[in-house]
Amino acid sequence: MTATAHDTAPTAPPGAADPPFGYDDLPALMARMTGADKHAPAADSLTDALWVLHQDVLRLDPARPDAEDRDRFLLSRGHGPMSYYAVLAARGFLDPAVLDGFGTFDSPLGHHPDRTLVPGVEISSGSLGHGLPIGVGTALGLRARGLAEQRVWVMVGDAELDEGSNHEALEFAGAYGLDSLHLVVVDNSSATWGDSRSRAERITAAGWSLAEADGRDHADLRRAYTLPHPGRPHAVLARVEPKHAR
Amino acid sequence: MRDRFVRVASDLLDTDDRTAVVLAVITAAAFEEAARRHPDRVIDVGIREQLLIGAGAGLALAGMRPVVHTFASFLVERPFEQLKLDLQHQDVGAVLVSANASYDWPQGGFTHMAPGDVALLDTLDGWGVHVPGHPDEAELLLRRAVAGEGREYVRLSEQSNRAALPVADGRLLPLREGGPTAPVVVAVGPMLDPTAEAVAGLDVTLLYAATVRPFDAVGLRAAVGARPTADVVLVEPYLAGTSTARVAEALSGTPHRTLALGVPRAELRRYGTREEHARAHGLDAAGLRGRIAAFAGAARD
Repeated sequence: MTATAHDTAPTAPPGAADPPFGYDDLPALMARMTGADKHAPAADSLTDALWVLHQDVLRLDPARPDAEDRDRFLLSRGHGPMSYYAVLAARGFLDPAVLDGFGTFDSPLGHHPDRTLVPGVEISSGSLGHGLPIGVGTALGLRARGLAEQRVWVMVGDAELDEGSNHEALEFAGAYGLDSLHLVVVDNSSATWGDSRSRAERITAAGWSLAEADGRDHADLRRAYTLPHPGRPHAVLARVEPKHAR
Repeated sequence: MRDRFVRVASDLLDTDDRTAVVLAVITAAAFEEAARRHPDRVIDVGIREQLLIGAGAGLALAGMRPVVHTFASFLVERPFEQLKLDLQHQDVGAVLVSANASYDWPQGGFTHMAPGDVALLDTLDGWGVHVPGHPDEAELLLRRAVAGEGREYVRLSEQSNRAALPVADGRLLPLREGGPTAPVVVAVGPMLDPTAEAVAGLDVTLLYAATVRPFDAVGLRAAVGARPTADVVLVEPYLAGTSTARVAEALSGTPHRTLALGVPRAELRRYGTREEHARAHGLDAAGLRGRIAAFAGAARD
């Protein structure tokens, strides 16, 4: 792992004043959650992509998680959400004490997140392939309401991208020029067919702007997240170590 | 009814800037003028029904009131998981407006028939289901659905009754009161005219429903009254028996029998006309009369 430069973030996003924890606290926060061992590697694959997005890109305010003028982050690949909950706790959306109950009957934190139970969670996910179509509608809705500065970010896994619903959304958003929409594909080579190149080609063929990044390198992620993409939706293919040794 | 839907939805787009119409090619040509006036709020996603529902849900999450439309088979059956997760599980509202109903286009065959749509929605929680029997009823129910915030399904059909009835309150509307042991017949939406013709001269109580979910259990119990046992006939334009469980719940305190009439499960592999399909399903006046009279006669024996 080559996590770098997270401590030299240029500018804090508006509203995110003094989050209680930093990147180095994430492992300890994640260790408070137990009981989903089979998802642990998957949870790890998202950590850096999530962290950089939250710290450097998304305009969110934990004091006003429902503010109309917030950016929207939709975690579509909802399984293995420990790193997501850890980031939400680190950024001040969740009381870290809540992490201890992960998956228990009285906890708001399930092995798939529920937007009605967790502040800062924009969609309830778990079934793959729902986030990007919902993100398309969210971006269209914000645009129709004149919320022109608000951006929508959707995060999927590379295997999740196989779901046909994503391709309905990719093609539409590219042709429509839905430039407030962003997609992060965290690619740990877990898809059963195809490869990183075929995924990149499908995204660009649909008319999207695409940047590839080292999904563990914070500066590289930040660069890929913040590239200008006028008139086109933007995707970041964030490569991490393969889920299975090849 | 579909023409009326286009007029009403276009009017709502003009008067309420939270309204958005989401389409998947079907009926898009009729919305061209509205789309020119409201390019951000009339969205045709192409032949993409998962995106149709997902985008509708996203619009709702962004604070809009989405009106989502295509044929019933592609609105409810094909993207069913999107209805379950993108709308219900996200806990957001939408108005789904379908066309083509159970067998509005028999020449199109079974791919374009959706007799199971209401039964499928019954596996979900909290949906309002409206089955207008006349374009005026469709307009009223549609306007009410869009004005609310819930998850509403408005099932439009080419089949229509001769006259519109006052259906605004979502209750069962009593049309005829029979004797103290007469069967209570509930006709749903476009089934009213053939049902009324079928029971002419028979001793029955006749109720009309244009809103079937929530089911008006209070209205059914009121029609049954104090009788010790009850006979209920359901005449529904979709899968036979769709509302049988609702009748059972409503009358759990009264021993009763139910005759559930509607579209059978078995595929009718025929083309032809709506009238021919109604006759084949026993849903024309003659077919209904024979079965209702036999049921009523058995009740008296």
